[in-house]
Amino acid sequence: MSTSEKDNRLVRELSDEKYRYGFTTDVHTDIIDRGLDEDTVRLISSRKGEPGWLLDFRLKAYRHWLEMPMPQWAHLDIPPIDYQNISYYADPTVKKKEGPKSTDEIDPQVMKTFDKLGIPLEERLALSGGVAVDAVMDSVSVKTTFKQTLAEKGIIFCSIGEAVKNHPDLVREYLGSVVSYRDNFFAALNSAVFSDGSFVYIPKGVRCPMELSTYFRINAQGTGQFERTLIVADDDSYVSYLEGCTAPMRDENQLHAAIVEIVVLDRAQVKYSTVQNWYPGDENGRGGVYNFVTKRGLLRGVDSRLSWTQVETGSAITWKYPSCVLQGDGSQGEFYSVALTNNWQQADTGTKMIHIGKNTRSTVISKGISAGHSQNSYRGLISVGRNATGARNYSQCDSLLLGSDCGAHTFPYMDVRNETAVVEHEATTSKISEDQLFYCNQRGIPMEQAIGLIVNGYAKDVLNRLPMEFAVEAQRLLSVSLENTVG
Amino acid sequence: MSETNYSEIFIANRSLIDAGSSPVMSALRDRAYDCYTRYGLPGTKVEEYLHTDIGAWFGPDWGVNLKRVALPVNPSEAFRCNVPNLSTQMHFMAGDSYLKKDGQPSLPDGVLCGSLLELSESNPDIVSRYLGTLADMEKPGIAALNTMFMQDGFMVYVPRNVQIEKPVQLVSLMTDAVPMLACRRILVVLEQGASLKLLLCDHSSAGSQCMSMTVTECFVADNASLEIYDLEETSDRNTRVMECYVSQQRDSRVMIQNLSLHNGKTRNSVFSCFKGPGASFEVNGIAITDGQQHVDNFTFVDHEATDCESRELFKYVLDGQSTGSFAGKVLVRHGAQRTVSQQTNRNICLTADSRMWTQPQLEIYADDVKCSHGATVGQLDEKALFYMQQRGIPMKEARMLLMLAFLGEVIDRIPLDSLRARLLGLVELRLRHGQSRCEGCGVCK
Amino acid sequence: MEMLKIENLHAEIAGKEILKGINLQIEAGTVHAIMGPNGSGKSTLSNVLSGHPAYTVTEGKVTFKGKDLLALPVENRSHEGLFMSFQYPVEIPGVSMTNFMRTAINEKRRYLGQEPMSPTDFLKLMKQKRDLVKLDAKFMNRSVNEGFSGGEKKRNEIFQMAVLEPSLSILDETDSGLDIDALRIVAEGVNSLKTPETSALVITHYQRLLDYIKPDVVHVLYAGRIIRTAGPELALELEERGYDWLIREFEEKNS
Repeated sequence: MSTSEKDNRLVRELSDEKYRYGFTTDVHTDIIDRGLDEDTVRLISSRKGEPGWLLDFRLKAYRHWLEMPMPQWAHLDIPPIDYQNISYYADPTVKKKEGPKSTDEIDPQVMKTFDKLGIPLEERLALSGGVAVDAVMDSVSVKTTFKQTLAEKGIIFCSIGEAVKNHPDLVREYLGSVVSYRDNFFAALNSAVFSDGSFVYIPKGVRCPMELSTYFRINAQGTGQFERTLIVADDDSYVSYLEGCTAPMRDENQLHAAIVEIVVLDRAQVKYSTVQNWYPGDENGRGGVYNFVTKRGLLRGVDSRLSWTQVETGSAITWKYPSCVLQGDGSQGEFYSVALTNNWQQADTGTKMIHIGKNTRSTVISKGISAGHSQNSYRGLISVGRNATGARNYSQCDSLLLGSDCGAHTFPYMDVRNETAVVEHEATTSKISEDQLFYCNQRGIPMEQAIGLIVNGYAKDVLNRLPMEFAVEAQRLLSVSLENTVG
Repeated sequence: MSETNYSEIFIANRSLIDAGSSPVMSALRDRAYDCYTRYGLPGTKVEEYLHTDIGAWFGPDWGVNLKRVALPVNPSEAFRCNVPNLSTQMHFMAGDSYLKKDGQPSLPDGVLCGSLLELSESNPDIVSRYLGTLADMEKPGIAALNTMFMQDGFMVYVPRNVQIEKPVQLVSLMTDAVPMLACRRILVVLEQGASLKLLLCDHSSAGSQCMSMTVTECFVADNASLEIYDLEETSDRNTRVMECYVSQQRDSRVMIQNLSLHNGKTRNSVFSCFKGPGASFEVNGIAITDGQQHVDNFTFVDHEATDCESRELFKYVLDGQSTGSFAGKVLVRHGAQRTVSQQTNRNICLTADSRMWTQPQLEIYADDVKCSHGATVGQLDEKALFYMQQRGIPMKEARMLLMLAFLGEVIDRIPLDSLRARLLGLVELRLRHGQSRCEGCGVCK
Repeated sequence: MEMLKIENLHAEIAGKEILKGINLQIEAGTVHAIMGPNGSGKSTLSNVLSGHPAYTVTEGKVTFKGKDLLALPVENRSHEGLFMSFQYPVEIPGVSMTNFMRTAINEKRRYLGQEPMSPTDFLKLMKQKRDLVKLDAKFMNRSVNEGFSGGEKKRNEIFQMAVLEPSLSILDETDSGLDIDALRIVAEGVNSLKTPETSALVITHYQRLLDYIKPDVVHVLYAGRIIRTAGPELALELEERGYDWLIREFEEKNS
């Protein structure tokens, strides 16, 4: 048997392990009727008890969305999506025929769900070191932990719905200031129908004492999830934010179209980490989440910093480009990504680094791993504006191919209009080294583990950027995803 | 709309076009017209033309020499391009017409070399077997338009196992005083084991506002070897659009160098495809621009067969308000195992007003591959500049040396000593004086 | 005869003052050594003298062979006879040694109002000077410093020094990264170029190089100032006792 045949066999064997988050929770969920029109937008807004300005924002976005075509430029084969056959709001916290719900009373089933996912919603059970969690199921935040502890430092950490009620001025000032509803098709859609994501505000000079995280769970059938997250780091502040996500195994494709906006002011620093593990579909490409996400940070302040780290193993289709607008002089943006696709998954992901301020710096490290019949693309833009004197960028994009039926693609764009800029891009694509595999085998490491080892080593530069708990989870995910793919 | 204009001109003048051409060429025009009406000229909405609006370039009311009026050029006086030991035979084109050849007719038996119009009349079998079979008209581009209007051009056919040692040189010149669009077609056929070096010199006399549209098709059979050096030394007012298609069979070798030394607006597209295993393809280029000049190089390398290797190196030096664009795509198809591909684009922006876009791309569907690309935009190395100044070399000279070294990496890949030295000299001249004027050519002075 | 005179030289880089009032005088035919702990400003001094654009002189005066050195552009300082041997010689890909040296020589000749050197004389000169530092002929076809080993780079510096025949050579940490044999070859090269009309300023952290290139005067640089000047015996004393005692004395005196 040739090595490649062996690889392919391994890939197949590995794909047999089941997605361990694929269960569903039986909880009473209030789901609005499928379909999307202005009334749907009004209904969502009234369910959330929103002020008039926010409804106006949603309606403007909706009307704009109607005029936009679905983007076709990605290296993705996206089946037609029937936007009228999706329910845009599902609330699992509404009790049957009961009066107003109390936030302290969470359905035990919901509680159990997050327990099962390894996300403790009771503060006493929190992981060592302390991670505050905002747990979102379908369209609604079910609980946010450590709110009090954080509030003592002036930090606001809550669902965006709650923030609209309690901190309307902050939300109004920043919502849509980084990603306009006109930005793209999915951003317009999200702006019209968005539901809970998290809101974070770190006041001037405050270093957030614990990691903040949001865990997104899709549970209800026939629904889409449209979370919206807004993080504002005021002058001289610091926060590390984590995001995780899973969904049940279903034959249907579920749509997830999120927006994350981050505003970083003078000398503030934000680290944003994602471990994306939406249901990827089965080994025949049936089901799975469509993950169409707009994430962007505006580095408004001088010497501000934003670092994106993502480990993407889930979703049937991923369309996602966490970006940095480097506006403040001396601001720095980073993007570290591992994207693994297996079976029939498709990913088109990367970043945009928009250099506007002077002496801005950006670093891009992307590691793609393709297996099975999957297609994995890196797409990036480095743009250096007229006034971005002294801008520096370094990008490195590597692709690893496991098996002969997958694809790995690289589409970097560079646009330089300042003569003092230095922009460098390097990319390599290769298959997993037979020498390395042989070396491992010779030392008694079986093929499957050897591939896992090598892939984890390959992704190490990125995995090392994650907070510890996440790094461990990410490593495990890579191995499991690869177990069914190759590694 | 210019597109409509060309359709109308074509319909109205069809018989005139055919009359000034050969049946072999005319046989391709119906399909070309059909493709042109479907795909048209590319605008900036087309991904491959984001930074170069070809459609707009065709906008002015260019005249097309459909009546085959002889252009008033005396090549014997006009051209004195004598690179030592370079060529035994020089061929000349003025505008879109093949003029004549100069020098000893010492090409081996069986070689066909000269006017495409004449050869397609004298050897219709050979020409019809190849002409129009490679240029892709089923996409926005100039292949269809070129095929609609082509009436003459240049052709080289090299039979089996014939090696032409000294380069064949084709000098094309635009001198017309009226704005004119020259439609040129080049056909290169190398049979098994044949070899050819082709030097294409593209000139235009300063002051003439002209546009050239050239489509080249190269067929390289098993074990054959082709080198093409395409040198542009035109003027600020010149517009050039070139599409070159290459098809390579087993174990063949092709090298193409696109050297944009002086130009107005230029778009060079090279499409190459490996049809058989074990072949190698190399495409390199340099661009030196200033003023309002624009150079866009696009390459597409299609690895259809196994065990092939492709290399690319493009370097730009941008001065003044000039703009440059490079996009290179490497496609490795399913099953094209043991592919090796390397692509590099390096650029230096000398002024705040110059601008560079670069977009290397890899699209890979096979796993046993070694592919890489790299792109940089930057400036001359300041440490090196200081070091050289400390040794007494003035700043201006130090910059010159670094720019020459930078571009020299491309020229160094030319295997032929005499040509390499000549081209290095031209590059230096261009860098020193802003304008390069190939002193060998009387017309260029 | 006075070769170099530095008076109250202050210089900064990126707004940070490194040199805080240097006074130094070098006579023709003498070798001066500047020693000092890391970060004392040794390399700044050599960079400022040769005119590195990153440094700004904020105060003071430097006279070189009677001329105002600081008013000259970098290349003219070179033409006037100031040579700096770099601590880290720069690699210049694509520029061959031959082309580099020919340009350097002819620019100097042009500055001095002389005709360019004939190719024959040039080749002869190259061979003669190469032999001096035992640099193989093949180096002439290679790009400047590219792929040279540490020792080869330093020998190349001395080779260029021999070719350009400077009046004042600044050797900036020339000994760093050299083994004993390479060190000896380099030192021999430097010594053989010594004449009653030329001077050298040897910048070094260690005494080692001074075993081979004998200084007439030794200066200790600390915190941007010269804190001690003495004869060659000072170098030996520093080798034995280190810099701390000198620094203490200096600080006590200042406080």
